[in-house]
Amino acid sequence: MKSVYKVLLAAVLVAALLSPLASSNPDGLERVATDLDFIEKGEGSQVMESPVPDYTFPGIENGAVATAVAGVAGTALTFAAMYGLARLLKKRVGH
Amino acid sequence: MHIPDGFLNAQTWAPAYLLSAGAIGYSIKKSREELNERQVPRLGVMAAFIFAAQMVNFPVIAGVASGHLLGAALAAIMLGPWSACIIISTVLAIQMLFFGDGGITALGANMFNMAVMGVLAAYLVYGLLSRILPGSMGRNASVFLAAWFSVMAAALMASLELGLSHSVHQVSFGFILKGMLGVHTLIGLGEGLITVAVVKFMEKIGFAGGKGAGEGVSRS
Repeated sequence: MKSVYKVLLAAVLVAALLSPLASSNPDGLERVATDLDFIEKGEGSQVMESPVPDYTFPGIENGAVATAVAGVAGTALTFAAMYGLARLLKKRVGH
Repeated sequence: MHIPDGFLNAQTWAPAYLLSAGAIGYSIKKSREELNERQVPRLGVMAAFIFAAQMVNFPVIAGVASGHLLGAALAAIMLGPWSACIIISTVLAIQMLFFGDGGITALGANMFNMAVMGVLAAYLVYGLLSRILPGSMGRNASVFLAAWFSVMAAALMASLELGLSHSVHQVSFGFILKGMLGVHTLIGLGEGLITVAVVKFMEKIGFAGGKGAGEGVSRS
């Protein structure tokens, strides 16, 4: 199997199997913002609605499954977007 | 450390957009000179892998906080700094647009912290240390420290931006800096361990290409 397929498979496995096991502790910035009492500045300030908030695919009751589905969908989307962008960049080299 | 909307004032996030746009524009220009047919899918899968890995938060400081892979060092070491900047920027844009992770106003700042300064720190540290530290242990140490410094550089930049946004939160810069560097010192250790392991894995399966991992950095 070509190495790019192996890394892509690894990415899908990480998204599907490991993402539901992620720690739900606040991340470094959230921790600091909470400790220093400005976390609420971010609450309700979001400018734009996102289709899959908090990496939880809407309409799926099981939380672990909702996260795994969001993870695999995001991984596929990221691959497609980056592949397409890199292809555009590459094409302009040759012409 | 994806900064959400509401944490930064416009005097901070607007210039951060300009800085990122300049750096990403330059990265695109440079990558056009070196992207070949074989690189295209590798950029795609590297971005996909980093997106997936960024979902997996690991706990630090006994349940009080968590961190996840940034991937700036991983991408810079495997594919070079120009591709790495574009890859991390793409991941950040998708996280913001589709998953509400990081705010649209703060996207320029987040890209500047992680895709520009995180990648730059990793590239410089790896470029320097991999030349002076011998053997496979030296290589592991170079990868580990490049990853650790990439997280610290991004945390430092986020601290500066939050410090410049004093009007928003009235918290002194010193407290922000101390908090951010403190927690990211530990998150950086996780970044280092994961990056060493993933570089080894990618090298083993031949993802780095014929010249081996580190090709990206040494080639530039």
